[in-house]
Amino acid sequence: MSGPRRVALLTPKSAGRVAQNASDVELRSSMSLMWARLRRDPASIVSMLVIVLAVLFAICAPLVAAWTGHGPTEQFRDTGLTPEGMPVGPGGQFIFGTDQLGRDVLVRLAYGAQVSLLVGVAASIVASLIGVLIGTVSGFLGGIVDTILSRFTDLVMSVPFLLCAIALVSVAGPSLGLSIAVIVFFSWTGLARVVRGQVLALRHREFVEAARSLGASQWSIMFRDILPNLVVPIIVYTTLMIPSAIVFEATLSFLGLGIVPPTPSWGNMLADAANGSLYMYAWWLVVVPGAALLALTLSFNLLGDGLRDALDPSSSKGGKSA
Amino acid sequence: MTRFILQRIGFGLLVLFLLSVFVFVLFYVSPSDPARIIAGDKATEALMAQIRANLGLDQPVLVQYFHFLGSLLRGDLGYSYRSSLPVADLVLQRIPVTMSLVSGAVVLWLAIGIPIGIASAKHPGSVRDRLGQGFAIVGISFPTFVLGMVVLYLLYFLPSKAGVNLFPPSGYVPLLEDPLQWAWHLLLPWTTLALVVAAVYARLTRGQMLEVLGQDYIRTARAKGLSERRITYVHAFRSAMPPLVTQLGIDIGLMLGGVIIIEQVFGLLGVGSLAVSSVAMQDRPVIIAIVLLGGVFVVVANLIVDTAYGMLDSRVRTAKK
Repeated sequence: MSGPRRVALLTPKSAGRVAQNASDVELRSSMSLMWARLRRDPASIVSMLVIVLAVLFAICAPLVAAWTGHGPTEQFRDTGLTPEGMPVGPGGQFIFGTDQLGRDVLVRLAYGAQVSLLVGVAASIVASLIGVLIGTVSGFLGGIVDTILSRFTDLVMSVPFLLCAIALVSVAGPSLGLSIAVIVFFSWTGLARVVRGQVLALRHREFVEAARSLGASQWSIMFRDILPNLVVPIIVYTTLMIPSAIVFEATLSFLGLGIVPPTPSWGNMLADAANGSLYMYAWWLVVVPGAALLALTLSFNLLGDGLRDALDPSSSKGGKSA
Repeated sequence: MTRFILQRIGFGLLVLFLLSVFVFVLFYVSPSDPARIIAGDKATEALMAQIRANLGLDQPVLVQYFHFLGSLLRGDLGYSYRSSLPVADLVLQRIPVTMSLVSGAVVLWLAIGIPIGIASAKHPGSVRDRLGQGFAIVGISFPTFVLGMVVLYLLYFLPSKAGVNLFPPSGYVPLLEDPLQWAWHLLLPWTTLALVVAAVYARLTRGQMLEVLGQDYIRTARAKGLSERRITYVHAFRSAMPPLVTQLGIDIGLMLGGVIIIEQVFGLLGVGSLAVSSVAMQDRPVIIAIVLLGGVFVVVANLIVDTAYGMLDSRVRTAKK
């Protein structure tokens, strides 16, 4: 800007002056820096907005039901079905139309959002905790522990997960808890590998040696010294795990192996639409939950990308797929 | 190299063994009674005991498992509880459909994803790059079954309502019977599957190419006066390939699970839809066979990738132990 700045030699005298000026410099945490960068990315802002709206929509599901006067599983055989027994299109009493049983699609969408968000977020957080724990322990301890944990990770990764999920659900019967458990079990592996790689790179750095020479325990080194350096990839990876978990749940429900009807979920709403190709007649049965699902997964993916760029400016935008 | 391959084979066998234990235990602890499924609701207790004895279900767990494993190794997958047909026949019947679906989709997704990725990487930040990245992120976010229904609605239902039969709604015509009809019937499922997966490849290719194109030997190639086309496709793409091959192996391996949705949406009677209907009817032997077949798919695909990797990248051959 204004040519090379004069760099003053720091003498005891000038040090005092520098110290005085230092109070003028605003200390910015990495979080606030990240926030500042994120705010400049319009895609991230829109994504956050969509996610916040989806969360509000899900929380307000009972209000939506009260406002329309339609319960999520209530069937309106007189007003919600045409005389031929077909679903009613959007407009009038039913903003997003009705489904094959005369239920209000808007209300079901709101309750379905609860399921999608709950499963997506809960499964991702649990999976990420497991991934971080296994990755850190495996990378830090090395040796036989690393071999066993890494082989185990490989093993889970080379299991045809959708087929196993189907077999499991067919025996245990579909439920919300089982859906989450299945998604968690097949989702932690990617993060475990990433974390292990990072821990391997960090474990011989000076600050780890320093902590060790100060007498810190292995657990303390792992979780107080090393792990804070990995917050960036963990946050990014967890955010990107959410959309996959949401789609996984919707897929299970679509196959009739997730959320048990009549409890609405976006997956089983789409399954109802596909049943007997009903959506050929009633397009809104696909468009409404389909668009909601796409908007939510797209937002999480865009936010994940935005977060990665904001937390790690050195990464080229979208350079590596997670 | 041989040692490396042998290690991978050993690991593959371990995966299959554990998978067999998993399905066995799963169905062993299952509350539903196979004899009841076979004999129906009105069967007498004596008949059910007879069926259990025939199936060997009255023997100790370990004996049952070794029986199960033994017949698996002989290639005997047992009989369907529902139709009493040999499971192997039931599954084999469905394989051509699934293989046709997968093979066409693989070609299509490579043909879509890789050029988009390369075009993006050649001019990062350009309009073309942004479009490519937009395609990638939408594709990654699109649930397969939603895309499938949208595609069916737009390309089959709307045209046929207007009196134009662009595409058949569903069904399968064997390749040997009529290759044109075969492709015609599969075009929509192929496209749906390919678009979703191609997004992943577009991203991966872009990232790899960006990395490679920035390296010194590419500059050297340019300095030698090689054409940009030759540099991109011969020099750069070759180095960018290994991660793509790995991803391809993973994707093809998991395809047996992945096609379930597509087969369901497009009404194709492949292995995936057999799995879904067997689950609905609690037809254990068929489910077991399909899960294990899925495992074999993954293991074989991984093995091919590992071998190919060793050929593509000499560092793997030597560095790995």
